[in-house]
Amino acid sequence: MSNCDETLEELQRFLDKELPDGMLQTIQTHLGACTDCLQAFEFHAELRTVIARKVRSEEMPEGLMDKIRGCFGDDLTEEKP
Amino acid sequence: MADREEFVEQAMQYASHLYPVALRMTRNRSDAEDLVQETFLKAWRSFSTFHEGTNLRAWLFRIMTNTFINNYRAKQRRPEEEGLEEVEDLYLYRRLNTFDQSRMSASAEDQMMDLFPDEDIREALEELPEVFRMPVLLADVEGFSYKEIADILDVPIGTVMSRLSRGRKAMHKSLYEYAVRRGLTQPPEGNGRTNQSTIN
Repeated sequence: MSNCDETLEELQRFLDKELPDGMLQTIQTHLGACTDCLQAFEFHAELRTVIARKVRSEEMPEGLMDKIRGCFGDDLTEEKP
Repeated sequence: MADREEFVEQAMQYASHLYPVALRMTRNRSDAEDLVQETFLKAWRSFSTFHEGTNLRAWLFRIMTNTFINNYRAKQRRPEEEGLEEVEDLYLYRRLNTFDQSRMSASAEDQMMDLFPDEDIREALEELPEVFRMPVLLADVEGFSYKEIADILDVPIGTVMSRLSRGRKAMHKSLYEYAVRRGLTQPPEGNGRTNQSTIN
């Protein structure tokens, strides 16, 4: 038993995969029966995918990996056995 | 220590995760580069405190976040937690959905990729005060759990949840405003334009 308001309230925890099992089922059941809520959930899921994809698409500057590798080498000498 | 090489190998894999987030944290490329390097330097130095079985990615993000807070934040405006207005739930969705249904209904992902260009996403994120931006980046870009984010940021889980909620809503509002500004979508009040009649 759940209504649209209660379902939408759990949108964030649902998308974050943080809902306890019992609640997850309740929400899924509602989404199976309610196109409006399903659409809202899908919209936010897709939006999140788009945001993640765009942020991750930033390429690392050339040479950064070498500099990082350098970080590891340098410090060894500072470490006393 | 035999594990050191393996540690380096594994840690290096996460450079491509750390850099984009560092960029959105520092808001500029050279600071982001420095931040990532410093993170690896610190990771290397604190290798002895890293326990096998710990989530290495989360551990690196924790180091990066702490480094950012300690070294870079001072350069910037103080984070104002109260400086973020409350935004209603489903702000962006309701606005896009009510007058632009045809655009958003089918295969929304590709259309959203176009509706929100890279620079809008960047600006909307960078506009968020730090205390909101960091959990949003960790959750939405890196997919960390509430518990992991709480550990990385050293705040209670409830705080993570409320900052995520407020931060995301504020970001969605910015995205909507940018889209309107660029004329990619119309505000609900602007009903002067007649859409081409749709064939059902």
